[in-house]
Amino acid sequence: MNEILIAVIPVVIIGVVCAAVLVVASKLMAVKEDERFPAVRDCLPGANCGACGYAGCDGYAKALCEDSAVPTNLCIPGADSVAKQLSEVLGVEFADVVEQVAVVHCSGDCAHTQDKVAYSGIESCAAAKLLYGGKGSCTFGCLGLGDCANACPQNAIIIKDGVAQVMTCDCIGCGLCVKTCPNRLISLVPDVKTTIVACSNRDKGAVTRKVCSVGCIGCKKCEKVCPSGAIKVTDNVAAIDYDKCTDCGACAENCTTKCIKVEDLRGCHHFNKQ
Amino acid sequence: MTKLIVILLSAVFINNYVLSRFLGICPFLGVSKKLDSATGMSLAVIFVMMIATAVTFPIQIYLLVPNHLEYLQTIVFILVIAALVQLVEIVLKRYIPALHKSLGVYLPLITTNCAVLGVTILNIDEGYTFLEAMVNSLGSGLGFFLAMVMFSGVRSKIEGADIPESFKGLPVTLIAASITSLSFLGFGGVIENMFPV
Repeated sequence: MNEILIAVIPVVIIGVVCAAVLVVASKLMAVKEDERFPAVRDCLPGANCGACGYAGCDGYAKALCEDSAVPTNLCIPGADSVAKQLSEVLGVEFADVVEQVAVVHCSGDCAHTQDKVAYSGIESCAAAKLLYGGKGSCTFGCLGLGDCANACPQNAIIIKDGVAQVMTCDCIGCGLCVKTCPNRLISLVPDVKTTIVACSNRDKGAVTRKVCSVGCIGCKKCEKVCPSGAIKVTDNVAAIDYDKCTDCGACAENCTTKCIKVEDLRGCHHFNKQ
Repeated sequence: MTKLIVILLSAVFINNYVLSRFLGICPFLGVSKKLDSATGMSLAVIFVMMIATAVTFPIQIYLLVPNHLEYLQTIVFILVIAALVQLVEIVLKRYIPALHKSLGVYLPLITTNCAVLGVTILNIDEGYTFLEAMVNSLGSGLGFFLAMVMFSGVRSKIEGADIPESFKGLPVTLIAASITSLSFLGFGGVIENMFPV
Protein backbone atom coordinates (compact mmCIF):
# COMPACT_ATOMS: atom_id res chain seq x y z
CA MET A 1 0.00 0.00 0.00
CA ASN A 2 2.75 2.35 0.97
CA GLU A 3 4.61 1.83 -2.31
CA ILE A 4 1.52 2.71 -4.26
CA LEU A 5 1.02 5.89 -2.26
CA ILE A 6 4.64 6.90 -2.74
CA ALA A 7 4.14 6.58 -6.49
CA VAL A 8 0.70 8.20 -6.67
CA ILE A 9 1.26 11.19 -4.43
CA PRO A 10 4.21 12.77 -6.30
CA VAL A 11 2.43 12.42 -9.63
CA VAL A 12 -0.74 13.96 -8.21
CA ILE A 13 1.25 16.79 -6.67
CA ILE A 14 3.07 17.47 -9.94
CA GLY A 15 -0.24 17.36 -11.80
CA VAL A 16 -1.90 19.78 -9.39
CA VAL A 17 1.05 22.16 -9.50
CA CYS A 18 1.08 22.12 -13.33
CA ALA A 19 -2.67 22.70 -13.42
CA ALA A 20 -2.43 25.59 -10.96
CA VAL A 21 0.38 27.21 -12.94
CA LEU A 22 -1.60 26.87 -16.17
CA VAL A 23 -4.75 28.34 -14.65
CA VAL A 24 -2.87 31.30 -13.19
CA ALA A 25 -0.98 31.84 -16.44
CA SER A 26 -4.07 31.72 -18.61
CA LYS A 27 -5.82 34.21 -16.33
CA LEU A 28 -2.88 36.57 -16.00
CA MET A 29 -1.76 36.51 -19.59
CA ALA A 30 -5.06 36.23 -21.38
CA VAL A 31 -4.84 38.00 -24.72
CA LYS A 32 -7.75 40.34 -25.18
CA GLU A 33 -9.62 39.71 -28.38
CA ASP A 34 -10.48 43.05 -29.89
CA GLU A 35 -13.88 43.81 -28.39
CA ARG A 36 -14.81 45.81 -31.48
CA PHE A 37 -14.53 42.74 -33.68
CA PRO A 38 -18.08 41.40 -33.18
CA ALA A 39 -19.53 44.87 -33.69
CA VAL A 40 -17.49 45.41 -36.85
CA ARG A 41 -18.36 41.97 -38.13
CA ASP A 42 -22.06 42.62 -37.58
CA CYS A 43 -21.92 45.71 -39.80
CA LEU A 44 -20.75 43.69 -42.78
CA PRO A 45 -23.33 42.00 -44.98
CA GLY A 46 -21.81 38.53 -44.66
CA ALA A 47 -21.85 37.72 -48.36
CA ASN A 48 -18.16 36.66 -48.13
CA CYS A 49 -17.75 37.76 -51.74
CA GLY A 50 -14.18 39.00 -51.37
CA ALA A 51 -14.79 42.27 -53.22
CA CYS A 52 -12.94 44.12 -50.43
CA GLY A 53 -9.78 42.17 -51.18
CA TYR A 54 -9.78 40.23 -47.90
CA ALA A 55 -10.67 36.60 -47.28
CA GLY A 56 -14.35 37.01 -46.56
CA CYS A 57 -16.15 39.35 -44.19
CA ASP A 58 -14.28 37.96 -41.15
CA GLY A 59 -10.96 38.79 -42.77
CA TYR A 60 -12.02 42.34 -43.55
CA ALA A 61 -13.41 42.86 -40.04
CA LYS A 62 -10.15 41.59 -38.53
CA ALA A 63 -8.08 43.87 -40.75
CA LEU A 64 -10.28 46.83 -39.80
CA CYS A 65 -9.81 46.14 -36.08
CA GLU A 66 -6.06 45.63 -36.31
CA ASP A 67 -5.06 48.40 -38.66
CA SER A 68 -6.72 51.79 -38.54
CA ALA A 69 -5.29 52.59 -42.00
CA VAL A 70 -7.62 50.07 -43.63
CA PRO A 71 -10.36 52.11 -45.31
CA THR A 72 -13.95 51.49 -44.28
CA ASN A 73 -15.34 51.92 -47.76
CA LEU A 74 -14.05 48.69 -49.30
CA CYS A 75 -17.30 46.77 -48.95
CA ILE A 76 -18.91 47.28 -52.34
CA PRO A 77 -22.00 45.12 -51.74
CA GLY A 78 -22.56 46.94 -48.44
CA ALA A 79 -22.26 50.33 -50.08
CA ASP A 80 -22.64 53.60 -48.18
CA SER A 81 -24.79 52.29 -45.34
CA VAL A 82 -22.19 49.70 -44.27
CA ALA A 83 -19.33 52.17 -44.66
CA LYS A 84 -21.23 54.61 -42.42
CA GLN A 85 -21.84 51.97 -39.75
CA LEU A 86 -18.20 50.86 -39.86
CA SER A 87 -16.98 54.42 -39.52
CA GLU A 88 -19.22 54.93 -36.50
CA VAL A 89 -18.07 51.74 -34.79
CA LEU A 90 -14.40 52.41 -35.44
CA GLY A 91 -14.60 56.17 -34.93
CA VAL A 92 -13.01 57.12 -38.23
CA GLU A 93 -14.12 59.48 -40.93
CA PHE A 94 -16.69 58.21 -43.37
CA ALA A 95 -15.67 57.98 -47.00
CA ASP A 96 -18.17 57.45 -49.75
CA VAL A 97 -18.22 54.06 -51.40
CA VAL A 98 -18.05 54.04 -55.15
CA GLU A 99 -20.77 51.52 -55.87
CA GLN A 100 -20.07 49.42 -58.85
CA VAL A 101 -22.26 47.24 -60.96
CA ALA A 102 -21.38 44.55 -63.44
CA VAL A 103 -21.99 45.23 -67.12
CA VAL A 104 -21.75 42.76 -69.98
CA HIS A 105 -19.72 44.01 -72.91
CA CYS A 106 -21.61 42.06 -75.54
CA SER A 107 -25.00 42.55 -77.12
CA GLY A 108 -24.82 39.83 -79.73
CA ASP A 109 -28.14 38.14 -79.03
CA CYS A 110 -29.98 35.76 -81.34
CA ALA A 111 -31.29 38.62 -83.46
CA HIS A 112 -27.87 40.04 -84.25
CA THR A 113 -25.52 37.09 -84.53
CA GLN A 114 -25.69 33.41 -85.42
CA ASP A 115 -24.36 30.12 -84.19
CA LYS A 116 -21.64 28.56 -86.29
CA VAL A 117 -22.05 25.08 -84.82
CA ALA A 118 -24.61 23.20 -82.75
CA TYR A 119 -23.05 22.66 -79.35
CA SER A 120 -24.31 19.84 -77.19
CA GLY A 121 -21.50 19.41 -74.70
CA ILE A 122 -21.24 20.36 -71.05
CA GLU A 123 -23.45 23.32 -70.18
CA SER A 124 -20.55 25.55 -69.25
CA CYS A 125 -19.01 28.53 -71.02
CA ALA A 126 -15.51 27.45 -69.99
CA ALA A 127 -16.03 24.04 -71.61
CA ALA A 128 -17.68 25.46 -74.74
CA LYS A 129 -14.87 27.97 -75.15
CA LEU A 130 -12.36 25.14 -75.51
CA LEU A 131 -14.20 23.87 -78.58
CA TYR A 132 -13.28 26.22 -81.43
CA GLY A 133 -13.88 29.25 -79.21
CA GLY A 134 -17.53 28.52 -78.60
CA LYS A 135 -20.61 27.88 -80.69
CA GLY A 136 -21.28 31.47 -81.73
CA SER A 137 -19.83 32.87 -84.91
CA CYS A 138 -18.19 35.63 -82.84
CA THR A 139 -15.43 34.09 -80.75
CA PHE A 140 -15.21 37.16 -78.52
CA GLY A 141 -18.88 37.28 -77.62
CA CYS A 142 -21.05 35.88 -74.87
CA LEU A 143 -21.12 32.09 -74.92
CA GLY A 144 -24.55 32.15 -73.33
CA LEU A 145 -24.21 29.07 -71.14
CA GLY A 146 -24.40 31.00 -67.90
CA ASP A 147 -21.15 30.48 -66.00
CA CYS A 148 -21.59 34.03 -64.74
CA ALA A 149 -25.19 33.40 -63.75
CA ASN A 150 -24.08 30.37 -61.72
CA ALA A 151 -21.34 32.38 -60.04
CA CYS A 152 -23.63 35.24 -59.06
CA PRO A 153 -24.52 35.06 -55.35
CA GLN A 154 -27.54 37.30 -55.93
CA ASN A 155 -28.90 35.50 -58.99
CA ALA A 156 -28.74 38.87 -60.69
CA ILE A 157 -27.62 37.53 -64.07
CA ILE A 158 -29.93 35.87 -66.55
CA ILE A 159 -29.25 34.57 -70.03
CA LYS A 160 -31.66 36.26 -72.41
CA ASP A 161 -31.63 35.44 -76.12
CA GLY A 162 -28.19 33.87 -75.74
CA VAL A 163 -26.57 36.85 -74.02
CA ALA A 164 -25.94 37.35 -70.32
CA GLN A 165 -27.88 40.23 -68.85
CA VAL A 166 -27.15 41.80 -65.48
CA MET A 167 -30.25 42.86 -63.64
CA THR A 168 -28.66 45.98 -62.28
CA CYS A 169 -31.14 46.34 -59.44
CA ASP A 170 -29.99 43.08 -57.89
CA CYS A 171 -26.27 43.42 -58.66
CA ILE A 172 -24.12 44.00 -55.59
CA GLY A 173 -20.91 44.63 -57.54
CA CYS A 174 -18.92 41.80 -55.97
CA GLY A 175 -17.15 41.01 -59.23
CA LEU A 176 -17.40 37.22 -59.05
CA CYS A 177 -18.86 37.08 -62.55
CA VAL A 178 -15.97 39.18 -63.87
CA LYS A 179 -13.54 36.46 -62.86
CA THR A 180 -15.75 33.67 -64.17
CA CYS A 181 -16.38 34.77 -67.76
CA PRO A 182 -13.93 32.91 -70.01
CA ASN A 183 -14.19 35.70 -72.59
CA ARG A 184 -13.70 38.46 -69.99
CA LEU A 185 -16.87 40.16 -71.16
CA ILE A 186 -18.01 41.48 -67.81
CA SER A 187 -16.50 44.42 -66.00
CA LEU A 188 -17.43 46.55 -63.02
CA VAL A 189 -18.49 50.09 -63.80
CA PRO A 190 -19.23 52.87 -61.30
CA ASP A 191 -23.00 52.97 -61.03
CA VAL A 192 -23.10 56.73 -61.56
CA LYS A 193 -22.09 56.20 -65.19
CA THR A 194 -24.55 55.38 -67.93
CA THR A 195 -22.53 54.88 -71.09
CA ILE A 196 -21.22 51.43 -71.87
CA VAL A 197 -19.60 49.78 -74.87
CA ALA A 198 -21.55 46.59 -75.46
CA CYS A 199 -19.00 44.76 -77.58
CA SER A 200 -15.63 43.13 -77.04
CA ASN A 201 -14.79 41.96 -80.55
CA ARG A 202 -11.15 42.72 -81.31
CA ASP A 203 -11.32 41.63 -84.96
CA LYS A 204 -11.05 44.19 -87.74
CA GLY A 205 -14.27 45.90 -88.74
CA ALA A 206 -15.00 43.82 -91.82
CA VAL A 207 -14.65 40.56 -89.90
CA THR A 208 -16.80 41.84 -87.05
CA ARG A 209 -19.48 42.97 -89.48
CA LYS A 210 -19.77 39.46 -90.89
CA VAL A 211 -20.39 37.78 -87.55
CA CYS A 212 -22.50 40.34 -85.71
CA SER A 213 -24.61 43.31 -86.70
CA VAL A 214 -24.12 45.15 -83.41
CA GLY A 215 -20.38 44.63 -83.05
CA CYS A 216 -17.85 47.41 -82.70
CA ILE A 217 -16.13 47.81 -86.05
CA GLY A 218 -13.49 50.17 -84.76
CA CYS A 219 -14.57 53.08 -86.96
CA LYS A 220 -13.35 55.61 -84.39
CA LYS A 221 -16.38 57.85 -84.88
CA CYS A 222 -16.96 57.85 -81.13
CA GLU A 223 -13.36 58.92 -80.55
CA LYS A 224 -13.88 61.94 -82.78
CA VAL A 225 -17.18 63.07 -81.29
CA CYS A 226 -16.23 62.62 -77.65
CA PRO A 227 -15.77 66.13 -76.18
CA SER A 228 -13.71 64.95 -73.23
CA GLY A 229 -11.41 62.45 -74.93
CA ALA A 230 -12.71 59.64 -72.77
CA ILE A 231 -13.25 57.05 -75.46
CA LYS A 232 -10.43 55.31 -77.29
CA VAL A 233 -10.44 52.56 -79.87
CA THR A 234 -7.74 50.04 -79.03
CA ASP A 235 -7.46 46.65 -80.70
CA ASN A 236 -10.45 47.50 -82.92
CA VAL A 237 -12.83 47.95 -80.02
CA ALA A 238 -13.90 51.12 -78.23
CA ALA A 239 -13.15 51.47 -74.54
CA ILE A 240 -14.37 54.18 -72.18
CA ASP A 241 -12.13 55.79 -69.57
CA TYR A 242 -14.68 56.34 -66.79
CA ASP A 243 -12.47 58.86 -65.04
CA LYS A 244 -12.94 61.22 -67.97
CA CYS A 245 -16.39 60.23 -69.25
CA THR A 246 -19.09 62.83 -68.60
CA ASP A 247 -22.01 60.74 -69.82
CA CYS A 248 -22.90 63.22 -72.54
CA GLY A 249 -24.08 60.41 -74.77
CA ALA A 250 -22.50 61.79 -77.96
CA CYS A 251 -20.71 58.53 -78.70
CA ALA A 252 -23.87 56.49 -78.39
CA GLU A 253 -25.77 58.79 -80.73
CA ASN A 254 -23.07 58.63 -83.38
CA CYS A 255 -22.14 54.95 -83.10
CA THR A 256 -22.35 53.32 -86.54
CA THR A 257 -23.48 49.92 -85.29
CA LYS A 258 -25.18 51.15 -82.08
CA CYS A 259 -22.92 49.06 -79.90
CA ILE A 260 -22.45 51.94 -77.47
CA LYS A 261 -25.44 52.13 -75.19
CA VAL A 262 -26.77 54.50 -72.59
CA GLU A 263 -28.30 52.63 -69.69
CA ASP A 264 -29.16 54.07 -66.32
CA LEU A 265 -27.24 52.03 -63.77
CA ARG A 266 -28.27 54.19 -60.82
CA GLY A 267 -31.17 54.35 -58.46
CA CYS A 268 -32.05 50.76 -57.84
CA HIS A 269 -28.78 49.52 -56.37
CA HIS A 270 -29.59 46.55 -54.20
CA PHE A 271 -28.26 47.88 -50.92
CA ASN A 272 -29.46 51.44 -51.48
CA LYS A 273 -32.99 50.19 -51.10
CA GLN A 274 -32.44 49.18 -47.51
CA MET B 1 34.33 20.67 -26.52
CA THR B 2 35.03 17.89 -28.99
CA LYS B 3 32.54 15.72 -27.16
CA LEU B 4 29.83 18.38 -27.56
CA ILE B 5 30.50 18.63 -31.30
CA VAL B 6 30.41 14.85 -31.62
CA ILE B 7 27.11 14.74 -29.71
CA LEU B 8 25.63 17.49 -31.89
CA LEU B 9 26.72 16.02 -35.21
CA SER B 10 25.80 12.45 -34.35
CA ALA B 11 22.37 13.61 -33.15
CA VAL B 12 21.80 15.37 -36.47
CA PHE B 13 23.17 12.74 -38.85
CA ILE B 14 23.86 9.32 -37.35
CA ASN B 15 21.20 9.00 -34.71
CA ASN B 16 18.71 11.11 -36.61
CA TYR B 17 15.50 10.80 -34.67
CA VAL B 18 13.26 10.32 -37.63
CA LEU B 19 15.42 8.40 -40.05
CA SER B 20 17.51 6.22 -37.71
CA ARG B 21 15.53 5.96 -34.50
CA PHE B 22 12.12 6.10 -36.16
CA LEU B 23 10.65 8.46 -33.60
CA GLY B 24 8.32 11.26 -34.63
CA ILE B 25 7.18 9.46 -37.77
CA CYS B 26 3.67 10.87 -37.46
CA PRO B 27 4.59 14.52 -38.16
CA PHE B 28 7.27 13.31 -40.59
CA LEU B 29 4.60 11.78 -42.80
CA GLY B 30 1.75 14.09 -41.87
CA VAL B 31 3.19 17.59 -42.06
CA SER B 32 5.90 17.16 -44.71
CA LYS B 33 3.59 17.83 -47.63
CA LYS B 34 4.48 21.50 -47.91
CA LEU B 35 7.82 23.13 -47.20
CA ASP B 36 6.50 25.98 -45.07
CA SER B 37 4.44 23.79 -42.78
CA ALA B 38 7.39 21.38 -42.52
CA THR B 39 9.64 24.27 -41.47
CA GLY B 40 7.11 25.56 -38.95
CA MET B 41 6.69 22.13 -37.42
CA SER B 42 10.45 21.55 -37.24
CA LEU B 43 11.13 24.90 -35.59
CA ALA B 44 8.48 24.10 -33.01
CA VAL B 45 10.08 20.69 -32.43
CA ILE B 46 13.54 22.20 -31.90
CA PHE B 47 12.05 24.72 -29.49
CA VAL B 48 10.04 22.19 -27.50
CA MET B 49 12.87 19.64 -27.36
CA MET B 50 15.18 22.25 -25.83
CA ILE B 51 12.77 23.49 -23.16
CA ALA B 52 11.54 19.97 -22.41
CA THR B 53 15.10 18.85 -21.73
CA ALA B 54 15.81 21.95 -19.68
CA VAL B 55 12.87 21.13 -17.42
CA THR B 56 12.86 17.33 -17.26
CA PHE B 57 16.59 16.96 -16.63
CA PRO B 58 16.49 18.72 -13.22
CA ILE B 59 13.30 16.86 -12.32
CA GLN B 60 15.03 13.55 -12.93
CA ILE B 61 18.20 14.49 -11.04
CA TYR B 62 16.72 16.38 -8.09
CA LEU B 63 13.28 14.82 -7.69
CA LEU B 64 13.06 11.29 -9.05
CA VAL B 65 16.54 9.90 -8.39
CA PRO B 66 16.85 10.99 -4.73
CA ASN B 67 13.42 9.55 -3.94
CA HIS B 68 14.05 6.32 -5.91
CA LEU B 69 11.12 7.05 -8.20
CA GLU B 70 12.89 6.48 -11.53
CA TYR B 71 10.08 4.14 -12.57
CA LEU B 72 7.76 7.17 -12.71
CA GLN B 73 9.99 8.80 -15.32
CA THR B 74 7.71 8.30 -18.33
CA ILE B 75 4.47 9.51 -16.81
CA VAL B 76 6.05 12.45 -14.98
CA PHE B 77 7.88 13.55 -18.12
CA ILE B 78 4.72 13.39 -20.21
CA LEU B 79 2.83 15.37 -17.61
CA VAL B 80 5.50 18.01 -17.23
CA ILE B 81 6.15 18.42 -20.97
CA ALA B 82 2.46 18.76 -21.77
CA ALA B 83 1.91 21.38 -19.07
CA LEU B 84 5.10 23.18 -20.03
CA VAL B 85 4.21 23.48 -23.69
CA GLN B 86 0.78 24.80 -22.81
CA LEU B 87 2.41 27.36 -20.54
CA VAL B 88 4.92 28.36 -23.21
CA GLU B 89 2.09 28.78 -25.68
CA ILE B 90 0.22 31.12 -23.35
CA VAL B 91 3.37 33.14 -22.65
CA LEU B 92 4.29 33.36 -26.34
CA LYS B 93 0.78 34.45 -27.28
CA ARG B 94 1.00 37.27 -24.75
CA TYR B 95 4.55 38.52 -25.21
CA ILE B 96 5.87 37.35 -28.59
CA PRO B 97 2.82 37.13 -30.85
CA ALA B 98 4.98 37.01 -33.97
CA LEU B 99 6.72 33.82 -32.84
CA HIS B 100 3.39 32.39 -31.68
CA LYS B 101 1.96 33.02 -35.10
CA SER B 102 4.86 31.38 -36.95
CA LEU B 103 4.92 28.30 -34.69
CA GLY B 104 1.15 28.32 -34.90
CA VAL B 105 -0.78 25.13 -34.38
CA TYR B 106 2.38 23.02 -34.35
CA LEU B 107 3.32 24.00 -30.83
CA PRO B 108 0.42 22.23 -29.04
CA LEU B 109 0.52 19.46 -31.64
CA ILE B 110 3.92 18.20 -30.54
CA THR B 111 3.31 18.23 -26.79
CA THR B 112 2.93 14.49 -26.73
CA ASN B 113 5.16 13.68 -29.66
CA CYS B 114 7.30 10.62 -29.06
CA ALA B 115 10.39 12.34 -30.48
CA VAL B 116 10.20 14.96 -27.73
CA LEU B 117 9.68 12.38 -24.98
CA GLY B 118 12.36 10.20 -26.59
CA VAL B 119 14.96 12.98 -26.44
CA THR B 120 14.34 13.66 -22.76
CA ILE B 121 14.48 9.99 -21.77
CA LEU B 122 17.49 9.14 -23.95
CA ASN B 123 19.37 12.13 -22.52
CA ILE B 124 19.08 10.47 -19.12
CA ASP B 125 19.81 6.95 -20.36
CA GLU B 126 22.98 8.16 -22.06
CA GLY B 127 24.19 9.66 -18.78
CA TYR B 128 24.77 13.12 -20.26
CA THR B 129 25.54 16.19 -18.18
CA PHE B 130 23.04 19.05 -18.39
CA LEU B 131 25.04 20.87 -21.08
CA GLU B 132 25.50 17.71 -23.12
CA ALA B 133 21.80 16.97 -22.79
CA MET B 134 20.94 20.43 -24.11
CA VAL B 135 23.33 20.04 -27.05
CA ASN B 136 21.88 16.63 -27.78
CA SER B 137 18.35 18.09 -27.78
CA LEU B 138 19.42 20.87 -30.14
CA GLY B 139 21.06 18.30 -32.43
CA SER B 140 18.01 16.08 -32.37
CA GLY B 141 15.77 19.01 -33.22
CA LEU B 142 18.07 20.04 -36.06
CA GLY B 143 18.10 16.44 -37.29
CA PHE B 144 14.31 16.46 -37.29
CA PHE B 145 14.39 19.77 -39.19
CA LEU B 146 16.80 18.31 -41.76
CA ALA B 147 14.67 15.20 -42.26
CA MET B 148 11.47 17.21 -42.59
CA VAL B 149 12.87 19.72 -45.08
CA MET B 150 14.55 17.02 -47.16
CA PHE B 151 11.46 14.90 -47.20
CA SER B 152 9.16 17.76 -48.12
CA GLY B 153 11.45 18.31 -51.12
CA VAL B 154 11.18 14.62 -52.01
CA ARG B 155 7.41 14.74 -51.68
CA SER B 156 7.07 17.79 -53.91
CA LYS B 157 8.95 15.78 -56.56
CA ILE B 158 6.65 12.81 -56.03
CA GLU B 159 3.64 15.06 -56.52
CA GLY B 160 4.64 15.74 -60.11
CA ALA B 161 5.79 12.21 -60.90
CA ASP B 162 3.85 9.64 -62.88
CA ILE B 163 3.16 6.94 -60.30
CA PRO B 164 1.30 3.65 -60.87
CA GLU B 165 -2.24 3.89 -59.54
CA SER B 166 -1.73 1.32 -56.78
CA PHE B 167 1.25 3.21 -55.34
CA LYS B 168 -0.34 6.64 -55.25
CA GLY B 169 -0.65 8.43 -51.94
CA LEU B 170 0.68 6.79 -48.80
CA PRO B 171 2.47 3.75 -50.33
CA VAL B 172 4.84 5.81 -52.45
CA THR B 173 5.39 8.18 -49.51
CA LEU B 174 6.44 5.30 -47.30
CA ILE B 175 8.77 3.95 -50.00
CA ALA B 176 10.32 7.38 -50.40
CA ALA B 177 10.72 7.65 -46.62
CA SER B 178 12.51 4.33 -46.45
CA ILE B 179 14.89 5.28 -49.24
CA THR B 180 15.59 8.61 -47.54
CA SER B 181 16.38 6.84 -44.27
CA LEU B 182 18.59 4.34 -46.11
CA SER B 183 20.61 7.26 -47.42
CA PHE B 184 21.29 8.34 -43.83
CA LEU B 185 23.00 5.01 -43.17
CA GLY B 186 25.83 6.45 -45.25
CA PHE B 187 26.72 8.77 -42.37
CA GLY B 188 27.52 5.82 -40.08
CA GLY B 189 31.12 5.97 -38.91
CA VAL B 190 31.79 9.35 -40.48
CA ILE B 191 31.72 11.30 -37.22
CA GLU B 192 33.82 8.77 -35.33
CA ASN B 193 36.52 9.00 -37.97
CA MET B 194 36.38 12.79 -38.03
CA PHE B 195 36.98 13.07 -34.28
CA PRO B 196 39.03 10.07 -33.21
CA VAL B 197 38.83 9.78 -29.41
